[in-house]
Amino acid sequence: MRSHLLNLLLFSGLVSTVFATLLRDTTRERLRFGLMAFAAFVLSTLVIGWLTNPFPR
Amino acid sequence: MSEVTATATRDASRTMAAGLLAWVFPGLGHVFLGRRGKGLVLMGSILALFVLGVLMDSRLQLHLGLEDPLALLFSAAQMGIGAPYVIARLLGYEAGLVTSPTYEYGNTFTAVAGLLNILVLLDALDTARGVRGK
Repeated sequence: MRSHLLNLLLFSGLVSTVFATLLRDTTRERLRFGLMAFAAFVLSTLVIGWLTNPFPR
Repeated sequence: MSEVTATATRDASRTMAAGLLAWVFPGLGHVFLGRRGKGLVLMGSILALFVLGVLMDSRLQLHLGLEDPLALLFSAAQMGIGAPYVIARLLGYEAGLVTSPTYEYGNTFTAVAGLLNILVLLDALDTARGVRGK
């Protein structure tokens, strides 16, 4: 479990599943919302990580 | 007791029971209300988040004093998951391992699991009151 990327993917996937289940009512809407939320979590983390890379402290 | 009062009392009891079950164990409030599929998905996701956090050496210590407000909030967030928090502590996982590379990940996973369960609890209360349909 020392892979940062694996931790990010697990966290994003599980949290997106909960949000999609709570905030949407049909299976199709949940799938769509869950995938969007998952992509937003992962992409925003990668972008923020890339932008803060020159400032390790 | 009139029929209207009896129905209102029964509805209030059902709402209370759903809220209590939702807090004690993730997803159980929805299962109690007949939303079995939704309850099981929420249960699986939140428990997975919490168990992964514990396996990543998360700290589960109890902070109730006001001398460290952030530790109090963190502790309250973790306790939001209910019984799994108590069980993990009873199994000896309370100390965590601060030197572990995944310690902060574990803390985040367990605190977020508790906070998500509070959202699930509120959703169960809304469902019991008929505010939410599915």
